[in-house]
Amino acid sequence: MYAQVVKSEGSKTRDEMTPEELAFQDRIDRGEKIEPKEWMPEGYRKTLIRQIGQHAHSEIVGQLPEGNWITRAPTLERKAILLAKVQDEAGHGLYLYSAAETLGVSRDELMELLHAGKMKYSSIFNYPTLTWADMGAVGWLVDGAAIMNQVPLQRTSYGPYSRAMIRICKEESFHQRQGYAIMMKMAQGTPAQKRMAQDALNRLWYPSLMMFGPSDKDSVHSAQSMAWKIKMNTNDELRQKFVDQTVPQAEYLGLTVPDPDLKWNEEKGGYDFSEPDWSEFYDVLAGNGPCNKDRLGARVKAWEDGAWFRDALVVHAEKAAARRAVAAE
Amino acid sequence: MPSLPDMNTPEVAELARMQGAHAHPPVPAPDAGEQALFECLLRIGDSTLVLGHRVSEWCGHSPALEEDIALANVALDLIGQTQNWLALAAEVEGQDRSADDLAYLRDAWDFRNLLLVERPNGDFGHTLMRQFLFDAWHHEFLKGAAASTDPRVAEIAAKAAKEVAYHLERTSDLIVRLGDGTAESHRRMAAAVEALWSYTGEMFLADAKDAEIAARGILPDPASLREPWLATVGAVFAEATLALPDSAFAHKGGKQGIHTEHLGYILAEMQFLQRAYPGASW
Ligand SMILES: [Fe+2]
Ligand SMILES: [Fe+2]
Repeated sequence: MYAQVVKSEGSKTRDEMTPEELAFQDRIDRGEKIEPKEWMPEGYRKTLIRQIGQHAHSEIVGQLPEGNWITRAPTLERKAILLAKVQDEAGHGLYLYSAAETLGVSRDELMELLHAGKMKYSSIFNYPTLTWADMGAVGWLVDGAAIMNQVPLQRTSYGPYSRAMIRICKEESFHQRQGYAIMMKMAQGTPAQKRMAQDALNRLWYPSLMMFGPSDKDSVHSAQSMAWKIKMNTNDELRQKFVDQTVPQAEYLGLTVPDPDLKWNEEKGGYDFSEPDWSEFYDVLAGNGPCNKDRLGARVKAWEDGAWFRDALVVHAEKAAARRAVAAE
Repeated sequence: MPSLPDMNTPEVAELARMQGAHAHPPVPAPDAGEQALFECLLRIGDSTLVLGHRVSEWCGHSPALEEDIALANVALDLIGQTQNWLALAAEVEGQDRSADDLAYLRDAWDFRNLLLVERPNGDFGHTLMRQFLFDAWHHEFLKGAAASTDPRVAEIAAKAAKEVAYHLERTSDLIVRLGDGTAESHRRMAAAVEALWSYTGEMFLADAKDAEIAARGILPDPASLREPWLATVGAVFAEATLALPDSAFAHKGGKQGIHTEHLGYILAEMQFLQRAYPGASW
């Protein structure tokens, strides 16, 4: 997902837990929210920082593939909608960095970890947006996959994270509908537009399935995160739900999901589908996706080119404070 | 090899006949008053469109997340205003064109935006300075236009004025902070003033069309905006410790369709889909 392979700290049985840890786990099991000033196991805090940080980075790196088409949007209305969407994503980054800050890590520290390649963002944003139909497919599939994961996270145990998710989910469902609206226009448009729409689905289908991360049904990290309610479902559950929701939407558009083995399985009440190529996924995570260097490079450049600007604001604030102090004497 | 016509032919009509030229069917000339209003609406609508385009180039690349959000907001306001101004221009023109037709299907020589807004972004200070110099003018322009004798103009301007009051507040504040920040930020802001100043004069130059529209009370007289603009800019620069240039030289031509080389590239990018797939609906 936006946080795909988050290593969890901890994994203790009840017998191994200290009384404090037991009381904490009981609070979570009762569905209570944990708030910033309250005691929490160090592993819980660290895992959350990793997960929220990765999610925040995904929002801001996620501005880039869509920002790529703002200046080329085909109508003034589409341009305005796309601008508003990219702006929302920056806002999501801001809410999430704020949530992470309540755990004792600053936004600047997290950004530096991102820029140094020590923290990840979602693999999906390392794929290029090559035609206008990608603006439809990203909204439909990528925001759609994000919602799958984030709706349950509204019930996560950490208060600030849960509240950020509630705000974010409202906007994400908007994004998904707007993306689908673009796909409808394209799918019902000229032959060239239909071709663009199908091509976008062909390219983005498997990368979207990868967003949920590899199967984690046997992972101890996931088990611990689920016990702490900072992960609500397994990756496979969410992926299945996503496929079941998306395939009929593709059919409605008259587009073909690029999976010859896709078929409805009456028994399980869901689709059987092909797994994405996980070796490609690991290549992308290792920095070898089609856009890794461009995406991270753009973020690093923005940060470095903007250093003088941020420094000047700090220095001005110090000067202004000093002047006020003199005036007050 | 076919022989070329003799360019020394004394009769121009004869030359035309030799070139196989056809007489063009006469195009009905629009009413001159409406023509002037159409042009003046393009001057503002094209300016907000081109500046909105420039600002949106920053999306995801600015120095801080708050700036990404603020810039997207400004670009959104400008594109929204463009939709209103160009829709009204199209209505005034009466040739069955839409705001999108005007934005996406005219070539550079038919654009009427100020040269200032097509200047490249440069560094972030340069972008902010361009925005501030424009905002200070835009704010005065809209205050005047909000009192227009044409209720359609007054309505668009009144709504835009609220947005632009905020744009101006934001850029004024940032110009002060950056001008009076570090030595480097001061140097960058001074360089931006130096680079952009000669593109500000055009905002206050009136041609016959501006004069006619101002005389009818539809839009403010461009020259009347200079003094309040200079007061705003002067006050902000003083606080920002930036010197007000004394050069009065003004590049001009944008309002008449003679642009810098930059506009062609902006349009090539902006209009790509509409040009590559004519008639498609998006
Ligand atoms: Fe988002
Ligand atoms: Fe989104």
